[in-house]
Amino acid sequence: MKRTSLLLAAALLAAAPAFAASQKIDTSKSFIRFVSKQMNVPVEGKFKKFEGNVDFDPKKPEAAKAEFEVELGSIDMGSPEGETEAVRPLWFNTAQFPKAKFVAATVKAAGPNKYEAAGALTIKGISQNITTSFTLNDASGTRTVEGTFTLKRLQFKIGEKQWADTETVADDVLVKYRFVLPL
Amino acid sequence: MNYTERYTRTAIALHWIAAVLIVGNLSWGLYMTGLEFSPAKLKYYSWHKWTGVTIFTIAALRLLWRLRHPAPALPGHMPAWERNAAHVSHVLLYVLFFAAPLSGWLFSSAVGFQTVWFGVIPIPDLLEKNRELAETLKLVHRSITYTLGALIALHAAAAVKHHVLDRDDVLVRMLPFLKQRPPAPPPPTLPETP
Repeated sequence: MKRTSLLLAAALLAAAPAFAASQKIDTSKSFIRFVSKQMNVPVEGKFKKFEGNVDFDPKKPEAAKAEFEVELGSIDMGSPEGETEAVRPLWFNTAQFPKAKFVAATVKAAGPNKYEAAGALTIKGISQNITTSFTLNDASGTRTVEGTFTLKRLQFKIGEKQWADTETVADDVLVKYRFVLPL
Repeated sequence: MNYTERYTRTAIALHWIAAVLIVGNLSWGLYMTGLEFSPAKLKYYSWHKWTGVTIFTIAALRLLWRLRHPAPALPGHMPAWERNAAHVSHVLLYVLFFAAPLSGWLFSSAVGFQTVWFGVIPIPDLLEKNRELAETLKLVHRSITYTLGALIALHAAAAVKHHVLDRDDVLVRMLPFLKQRPPAPPPPTLPETP
């Protein structure tokens, strides 16, 4: 028992340096929004609860590590009817899959203050590789990361059966995010 | 009363197109709101909104037409209160023709679902997305459309009353078919059947 705790402590110590630079995003200043097209009309929604840990040095983007988790049940679409539906099994099935997760696998520079990240996005138990470009802005003690990507909802089975009809709700969903980090 | 005085063909056409669209959209609205949430429901809401914008446009056309082509005079037998009631209800109908689609459009904006006419022409959102405001506007839209429905029922009942009880030309002059009755004086005549 004692030995196990010691080993554990050693392991934690060894692991510590890797997480030393990891920072929690300031969720009060950050957002995750999405735009879906319903009947060809762009409709915006957002997730109210999410968290993220970022370890990012603009000088060494390749070494970056980032992980985000979104509480899908915190969806806000403007209409209670839509929100009730969104958590049901045909959409996010939050009872079984409460969270969406993104883990950045690679980050590379794509221009001045511009970067491109790729990694696995997991929603509803399905992982798909996505690529997203973002910009970086350092100002008055905070770092702001802003970007977008488009996901295909049907690849994640978001909206099954009658909801798989892309005439009513398009397959493409634009995700817009802003993450604010302390500098 | 000059029995040859009818509404213009344009006024008659616009009246009946509007009548079909308005009664249709009121019933459709009543039906679709009771449905379970489904892709069909999303579609039906869009169709309802497209029809609403169309009704607004037709109401505007009718109003412009009416300003240049006054309605035929009311029959002489009508007492003052009936004339006033007719006038007030017609003004109110026009107000509601505009108020119903406008409130629906604002409600839709507050929900965050823009109205795009026939899925092609976007109608700009005047309001920001706002849940509480949306709830209020939903009630406003419902009250306006219910009032419009009631007023249309009254309007139709009055037209039938004029035709059946008063035996005047108030209904016929707005019909594209049916000939008008011969001039009034010679005592009770039966309506000419087409």
